[in-house]
Amino acid sequence: MPGKTRQHISQNEPLLFEISSPGKRGYQLPDLDVPQVDPAEALGAANARQEIEHFPEVSELEIIRHFTRLSTWNYAIDLGMFPLGSCTMKYNPRVNEQVARTEGLLWAHPYQPASVSQGAMEIMSQLESALAEITGMDAVTLEPAAGAHGELTGVLLIRALLEHRGKARKKIIIPDSAHGTNPATAAMVGYSVTNLKSNAEGTIDLAELARLVDDETAALMVTNPNTVGIFEKDIVKATEIMHSKGALVYMDGANMNALVGLARPGDFGIDVMHLNLHKTFSTPHGGGGPGSGAVAVKKHLEPFLPVPRLKRVKDMFEFDYDRPLSIGKVRAFYGNYGVLIRALAYIMAHGGPGLRVATLDALLNANYIRKGLENHYDMPFTSPSMHECVFSHDRQEAKGVRTGDIAKRLIDYGFHPYTVSFPMIVHGAIMIEPTETEGKQELDLFIQAMIDIANEIDTSPKLVLDAPHCTRTPRVDEVGAARKPVLRWKP
Amino acid sequence: MLATLGLDSLDGLYAHLPAEVKLNRPLNIAPGKSEFDIVDYFRRQADRNAVGFASFLGAGAYSHFRPVLCDVVASRGEFLTSYTPYQAEMAQGTLTTIFEFQTMICQLTGMDVANASMYDGSTAAPEAAMMAVRVTGRHKVLAAKTVHPEYRAVLNTYFKYQGLPVTEFGYDGATGCIDLADLESKLDKDTAAVLIQSPNFFGCVEDWKKAAELAHKHGALLVYLFSEAVSLGILEPPRDADIVAGEMQSFAHPPSYGGPYAGIIATKEKFMRQLPGRLAGETKDSNGNRAFCLTLSTREQHIRREKATSNICTNQALIALMATVFMSVYGKQGLRELAEQNIAKTQYLAKGLKRRFSGSVFNEFVASAGAQTPQAINDALLGKKIVGGLDLARFYPELSGCMLLCATEMVKREHIDAVHEAFR
Repeated sequence: MPGKTRQHISQNEPLLFEISSPGKRGYQLPDLDVPQVDPAEALGAANARQEIEHFPEVSELEIIRHFTRLSTWNYAIDLGMFPLGSCTMKYNPRVNEQVARTEGLLWAHPYQPASVSQGAMEIMSQLESALAEITGMDAVTLEPAAGAHGELTGVLLIRALLEHRGKARKKIIIPDSAHGTNPATAAMVGYSVTNLKSNAEGTIDLAELARLVDDETAALMVTNPNTVGIFEKDIVKATEIMHSKGALVYMDGANMNALVGLARPGDFGIDVMHLNLHKTFSTPHGGGGPGSGAVAVKKHLEPFLPVPRLKRVKDMFEFDYDRPLSIGKVRAFYGNYGVLIRALAYIMAHGGPGLRVATLDALLNANYIRKGLENHYDMPFTSPSMHECVFSHDRQEAKGVRTGDIAKRLIDYGFHPYTVSFPMIVHGAIMIEPTETEGKQELDLFIQAMIDIANEIDTSPKLVLDAPHCTRTPRVDEVGAARKPVLRWKP
Repeated sequence: MLATLGLDSLDGLYAHLPAEVKLNRPLNIAPGKSEFDIVDYFRRQADRNAVGFASFLGAGAYSHFRPVLCDVVASRGEFLTSYTPYQAEMAQGTLTTIFEFQTMICQLTGMDVANASMYDGSTAAPEAAMMAVRVTGRHKVLAAKTVHPEYRAVLNTYFKYQGLPVTEFGYDGATGCIDLADLESKLDKDTAAVLIQSPNFFGCVEDWKKAAELAHKHGALLVYLFSEAVSLGILEPPRDADIVAGEMQSFAHPPSYGGPYAGIIATKEKFMRQLPGRLAGETKDSNGNRAFCLTLSTREQHIRREKATSNICTNQALIALMATVFMSVYGKQGLRELAEQNIAKTQYLAKGLKRRFSGSVFNEFVASAGAQTPQAINDALLGKKIVGGLDLARFYPELSGCMLLCATEMVKREHIDAVHEAFR
């Protein structure tokens, strides 16, 4: 058994439907204090359903065992380092969970009168101010529900502004290193995508950008630091090129964890950006959401922000829906409020100085890993790394082992894999983001695991190709799953 | 560690940043606070809200009791602090619960396949409509005025910049249900989808069979929306719909000032490949045992980029997990009994009030304020620590003087009697 792992008991567990048997129950309802009503009478006989076929019937103990057993089949930050590049899997402080469950916040209804919602609104206002200060932007909307949703909002804002100026324009320029959400978002807003090829350093090619931009270009969507973990050193010039043609610059804030307290997008020419509160501001990923994709803009985009806008009238907060230029709503109500609470709690716990130190620690950890691995794995782009470092599997591929195989072997050492095969501009990418919350001990174990795997590839590549060996579930047939999709249980 | 890197200070780590981008001052954010101070701050803010009030607000966010197990399970770090389950070998826990969630959504909605969840009901609605546009190759969408106004607002935002027209059709002033004649007059060969919600924003149960008939006659799809998931426990599932999209908040998540919630989209098997969002599928591991993984990802943005079915790349896994626990706790019988309690409370509330519409309702309905104004009634109730109903003038000027009231299993008879009193 390599690294941190040991064998331990993992129980089999059927699906809820397979445990179910008629008459078992895990619920209690309060006594009804009003007269009972026949549903068929209230709803109309044709509208009342007879039963929910095959819906589970299980006891409370069976439920807790079922989900607890399933939970033990998961890996999580609470179990160890989760070095997924561009995902910023940092520790999720539990005090944030507790404050989000404070009764007056948890049960606040979005339509309850403003007079009994001032505390809820104050929290939003505090978060908006903090995010504006961190990004150097002028205004923030908290309405988007996720990063990709923030992108959608941001590109809608760009389109609305350009339409207001007279012409929506037709295309958006996106570097080939970008997240897949960027082109998908541009398409959802009716823009065609022009691919910007990265230069030999993995960064924006200014000459190529200048050649591509014309008066049909609406915007450049850029990630900074980019997905190779490198700060775009020509970002100011790039934004000047765009602005001189009347186009805007969108920044994907996925990698903001590298910049907080060191540099502000608003100071280097960005017009609009989103933040992933579930990355930079540590709200838990929860196995794939909920997140929050707050969007920050410069003054010229503010009139177009989604409604409502929070405003203070005398000493009271209220929601302003009277915004004639607004793009409208991107989500019901005011956003993923519970996530906003957690993000503000994180910012309060760190404070301004603490946020900057967290960024520096994230940079330190990424560069420490880079140093530890640079003699064992190829690194296609060698500019200084920010919060993540990207290797390629070139050297290992010669032995028939690819990045996906190395990732699976890493599981045997007790780590979640890094990000596999992304960004696409790196052949066989190995993208590692440790975040600031890992200590030296865990980093050293990770580095040693990666070195051990590199050695295994030299001596016994099959060991790596067949990995993982230590998990409850060995390699899963994803091709078979897609060929003949089974998406639900059937009796 | 600094020595390993040949640095003498942390500042050396970003010395390579161009001078013009560096922030040369500290962030203007107060220094870090202790756990005690943070808990205290949020408690103080929470106490400025309506704490310990009874509430008759629904309108897309419902107060239902949360079985304790929902939080117990969702608080386990193995679920809370894990990522989207790309690495199936170490994410079978999350994947299995998603598969169970998808199955239960199918059982509740009468559909064949369901996705792993969407952001919420309001964004699931336009995603469902965009799916219908892809399936039919047509570009127009008809939405009922009885669909939640904020869902329609989001639909408009998503559609207007893609050049896809959204037309609304009206409701019958007596029943509060969709005006079928108006729907029929607006259907044509360019209509991709008809969107209805049931129970609708007024709480009325819609005739989805007739709506489906009309839509299908013109080659359009019927999209059935719901904002109150508990209704699925007692209402006939909309089997004639082509796509069902809705909001799962009622299952284990409190109103939480509007989010996070979880939406869903379910559909017929033949439209499976046009579904947006994550899907968990069953497969085998290399030992031949049952296992699960994310599947059909060729629909998604990280593979298809600008040709993807949507730019969505997450679901609301943790909220969906809470809903999965909620559904297992209540189960087949409990969900029905829960729905019946909602009906009983609502009928008791309605009996003392003047209903504006005659359509059958589940757990909310429109009441006329009579000689008073909704504002006056709500103000009087607030003084008794009761949050009243939603003044409908905000969304439906023609219904000024009316309010939308919701009664779940959480309101007690004494609160309902107090509402009766306030209306007198």
